[in-house]
Amino acid sequence: MARISLDHLRHAYTPGLAEAGIYALREVDHVFEDGGAYALLGPSGCGKTTLLNIMSGLLTPSEGHVRFDETDVTMLSPEARNIAQVFQFPVIYDTMTVAENLAFPLKNRRVPKDEIQRRVADMLGRLGMTQKGKRKARGLTADEKQKISLGRGLIRSDVAAILFDEPLTVIDPHMKWQLRSELKALHKEFAMTMVYVTHDQTEALTFADKVVVMYEGEVVQIGTPEELFERPQHTFVGYFIGSPGMNVLPCALESGEAVVSGQRLRLPAHFGPAGGQMAQGRRIELGIRPEFVSLVPRGEGLPVTIERVEDVGSEKIVRARLGDLPVSAIVKEDASLPAEADIAFAPHALNLYSDSRLVDTTPGAARATASGRTA
Amino acid sequence: MDKTFNNRAWFLVLPVLVIVAFSAVIPLMTVVNYSVQDTFGNNQFFWAGTDWFTDILTSARFHDALIRNLIFSGIILAIEIPLGILVALAMPKKGVWVSVCLVLMALPLLIPWNVVGTIWQVFARTDIGLLGATVAGLGIDYNYVQDPLDAWITVVVMDVWHWTSLVALLCYAGLVSIPDAYYQAAKIDGASRLAVFRYIQLPKMGRVLLIAVLLRFMDSFMIYTEPFVVTGGGPGNSTTFLSIDLVKMAVGQFDLGPAAAMSLIYFLIILLLSWVFYTVMTNVGADKAPRTGGEA
Amino acid sequence: MSEATFDHTGSRAAPDARQAEHDRLPASGRSASAMRARERARNPRFKAKALIPILYILFLLLPIYWLVNMSFKTNQEILSGFSLIPAEPTLRNYQVIFGDPSWYMGYVNSIIYVVLNMVISVSVALPAAYAFSRYRFLGDKHLFFWLLTNRMAPPAVFALPFFQLYSAFGLIDTHIAVALAHCLFNVPLAVWILEGFMSGVPKEIDETAYIDGYSFPKFFFKIFMPLIASGIGVAAFFCFMFSWVELLIARTLTVTEAKPIAAIMTRTVSASGLDWGVLAAAGALTIVPGAIVIWFVRNYIAKGFALGRV
Repeated sequence: MARISLDHLRHAYTPGLAEAGIYALREVDHVFEDGGAYALLGPSGCGKTTLLNIMSGLLTPSEGHVRFDETDVTMLSPEARNIAQVFQFPVIYDTMTVAENLAFPLKNRRVPKDEIQRRVADMLGRLGMTQKGKRKARGLTADEKQKISLGRGLIRSDVAAILFDEPLTVIDPHMKWQLRSELKALHKEFAMTMVYVTHDQTEALTFADKVVVMYEGEVVQIGTPEELFERPQHTFVGYFIGSPGMNVLPCALESGEAVVSGQRLRLPAHFGPAGGQMAQGRRIELGIRPEFVSLVPRGEGLPVTIERVEDVGSEKIVRARLGDLPVSAIVKEDASLPAEADIAFAPHALNLYSDSRLVDTTPGAARATASGRTA
Repeated sequence: MDKTFNNRAWFLVLPVLVIVAFSAVIPLMTVVNYSVQDTFGNNQFFWAGTDWFTDILTSARFHDALIRNLIFSGIILAIEIPLGILVALAMPKKGVWVSVCLVLMALPLLIPWNVVGTIWQVFARTDIGLLGATVAGLGIDYNYVQDPLDAWITVVVMDVWHWTSLVALLCYAGLVSIPDAYYQAAKIDGASRLAVFRYIQLPKMGRVLLIAVLLRFMDSFMIYTEPFVVTGGGPGNSTTFLSIDLVKMAVGQFDLGPAAAMSLIYFLIILLLSWVFYTVMTNVGADKAPRTGGEA
Repeated sequence: MSEATFDHTGSRAAPDARQAEHDRLPASGRSASAMRARERARNPRFKAKALIPILYILFLLLPIYWLVNMSFKTNQEILSGFSLIPAEPTLRNYQVIFGDPSWYMGYVNSIIYVVLNMVISVSVALPAAYAFSRYRFLGDKHLFFWLLTNRMAPPAVFALPFFQLYSAFGLIDTHIAVALAHCLFNVPLAVWILEGFMSGVPKEIDETAYIDGYSFPKFFFKIFMPLIASGIGVAAFFCFMFSWVELLIARTLTVTEAKPIAAIMTRTVSASGLDWGVLAAAGALTIVPGAIVIWFVRNYIAKGFALGRV
C-alpha cells in the first residue's frame, strides 16, 4: 500500500505528436493518498486511461515522475511496481480453473505452495466463489470473470494500489450495482489505495471519496462529490456533473453588474472586487446550477421564454431561453408555471468564470446544502 | 445466429449443386464404374467385383506410397507448424512493416505449383543453382537427382518454403485478435514470456492452429505437382507419393481398374479427414459467436 | 449530455504561474528528447526478435530472386559462370516469350480460363452462401460438408475421369472445360469464404430491408452485396489464385488451343535443349499476377486460406 504522487506528468504517444504539441496528458501534478478511494472522471479521450496506464507502468510518461511513497517508479515495469489493475474487459486465463487463475500471480512470484493454497481458498471465499474454484474459467459470466480479475489483484496482499479501468462496462446493468457495492466493501476491508477510471458520473460519485475530473488531458478539479457540485472549478465540471449540467452564461461585467444577453443582473456584494480585477479580453461567464434557478412572476427577475418542460418524476426541468441563451431550471413537480415568467438566480450559488476557470470570490461565501443531487 | 427454417433456400443452392455435381459426381461415377471392371482393350469390360480393391489394399506399391506420404506429411508438419508459430510470434504487430511482411510472406503461396517445382529444381542444382552450388561448395556431396535422401531433403525444404507462410499467416491472424489487455494483465501478474505463450497466446491460437494443421496435412497428402517437377517421383520410387503413383498408374500405364480402385480408397481417406476438418471448422464457428459477444 | 455542445475554447489558458513558466520552454524539444531517452532506457537491447521474420523472408525471397536473376542472363552465362547479378543483363528471354504466340498465348489462355472460372464460381456461390448463412433447410449440413470434400479432393483422382467426361462432350482443349473443371474446388471455396463473410453481417439488416419493402433481388444487389464487397473480392481473389496455381487438371484437359502457360513451360525442359533463360523468364512472369493483387487482400489472406473461418 502506498501513496502515489504524480509529479508534473506529461505524455504524448509519439515524439512526432509531442513536436506537434498534441499531448494525451498535458500536465498532471497530483497525489493519491494512501488508502483513499479515487475516481478519475472525464469524457472519452480526456486522458484518464493514459494516466492510469502511466501509474500502473504500462506506459512510460514523456515527462515527469511517478512516485510510490518516496520511491521513484517512473521507469519500473508494472511487475516491479507491484500494482494491480482491472481492465474494461475481463481478462482471465481461459485454460485455467478459477483457482488456478487466482494462484497465477502468486506462482509467478514464487510464493510457497501451501501459502498459495491458503490465500486462494481465502480469496475464493471473499469473492463468494468457493463453489466454482475447480471450474474452468472459460464458461463464467462477465461479472464473475471480472471478479476473478479483481481477485488476481487483491490476492497479492502487498499491492501498492489497485487500479480500475472502467471495470463495469461489460457488466449487465442489474449486476453493476451489486459488483460496485462488493468493490466498496472490499476497499473497506483491504484499505488499499484504489483508483477508478470511469466516464459515468454516478459510478464515480458513489465509488469515490474524492473525484478527479479530467478534461482534455488536464485535471480540472479534485474534490469530494459535494465540492464538485457546489463549486465547479471549471465550467466543464459544472457542465459534466449534474443532470442537467450547470447553466453557463457568457456575460460582461460593468460596475458590479453582469450584463447577460442585454439584461442587467446585480451581482452579490462579494463579487465586487473580483469583477474589478478582470483583465480585458478574458471570456467571462456566469455559472449557476439549474437547482438554484427559480421561476418568478414577470418583472421580478430576468425575462425568459419558456420553451419546454420535462417531467422527470419528482421534479420538472424547465428549458427556457434568456435572449438567445439556453437556461435550465429545476422546479418542484407541483410548482405552477406561469405562461410568462422571469427567472431569478440564488445569489449564493452564482459562480463567476474567467476563461472557463472559477474566479476565486470570497471563499465559503456560499455553502448551501446541495439538495442531494450529487448522489 | 439463429437461422429460420426454409426449404426454399434450396433454390439458392441449386446452381452450386448443378455445377459441382457435373464436375464431381459424374467423374466419380466413372471412377466407381472402372473400379469394379476389367478390360482387355477395345472398350470391352468385364465385371471384376472387388478384386481391384483387394489388389490395391494388399499391394506393396500402394503401402509404400501411403507410408512415404504419411512420413512426408509428418515431417513437414513437424517443421512447418513450429516454424510458422515462431515467425508469427516474431512478426511486427503494427505499422507499415506488417503489410510488407504479409505480402512478402504470401508470395510463395501464389506461385503456380509447377513453377514452385521449377524454381527449386533450378535452385538446388549443383551446377547452376545457388543452393546446390553453395552446398556443394561447402564440400558436401549433394545430388537430389541420384541420392534418395538428398531428394527427400530437397522436397521437404521446398514444401517448407512453399507452405510455412500459410501456417504463419493463420497464427498471426489468431495472435492479432488477442486484446492488448491480456498482455497488460499478464505483465501485471508477473507472467514470464513463456507463461504468456503457454496461457494466453497458445490457447487463443488453438483453433487457428488446428485449422492450419488439418489444411497442411490434407494438402500435403495430395501433393503432386511440386515433387513431380523436381524429382519425377525418383530416384527410383523414393519420392513417389500417393498422387504421383496414381497418375503414373492411370495415365502412364493406363491401368484403369487398379487406378480407379486406388482413387476411391484415396478419396475415402480424404473424406475421413475432411469430416474431422468439418467438425473442427463448424465448432470454431459455434464457439466464436459467444466469445466475441462476450468480449467485444 | 453531449460534449460537442460544450464550449471549451478558454480552457487552454493557464493561470498557474509555474505552469506558465513551464510552457515557455519549447515543449517539443523537451518531450521528444526525454521520450527517446526513456524509450532507450526501457528497451535497451536491440530486438533480436526482428531477425526471425527478416531471415524467414530472406529464405523465401532467395529462390525467387535466383529465378528472376536467371531470367536476365543468357544461357551461356547461366551454364558457364556463377554470378549473383547478371553480368550482361539481357531481355532476350522475355523477347522470346513476347515475340512468340505459342508462348504468350499460354498466358492469355491461362487468364481466360482463370477469369471464366472466377466469374462462374463467385456468381453461383453468392446465392448459395446466402442460403447457408441465413437459412436452415433439409440437408443443409450434409450439403455444406459435401462441398468441403470437393475442395479437399485430390486433383489426381479426377484427372482421368475429367478427361473422359469432357471428351464425351467434345470440350477438350477449350477454356470453358478447364474453367468448369476448376469449379470442382473453387465453388466450394467461394461458398465457404462468402458464408464466413456473410455470417458477419447481422440478420437485422435483411429484415429491415424486407420491412422497407425491398424485394429479394433488389435487396441482394442494392444492399447486401455492397456490405460484403470485401468478401466478394477475397473470394474472387482466391478463386483466381487456386485456378492459377493448379496445373495437373489444366494440363490434362488441354492440347494446344487452351494450353496454360504453366504447361507450356515444361516444353523448354523436354524439347529445345533446355533453354534455362526462357524457362526462368516464363516462370518469373507467372509470379506477376499474384504479386500484383496480393496487396489488396493482404489482410484477408489468412481468412481466405482457412476457408473464411478465421
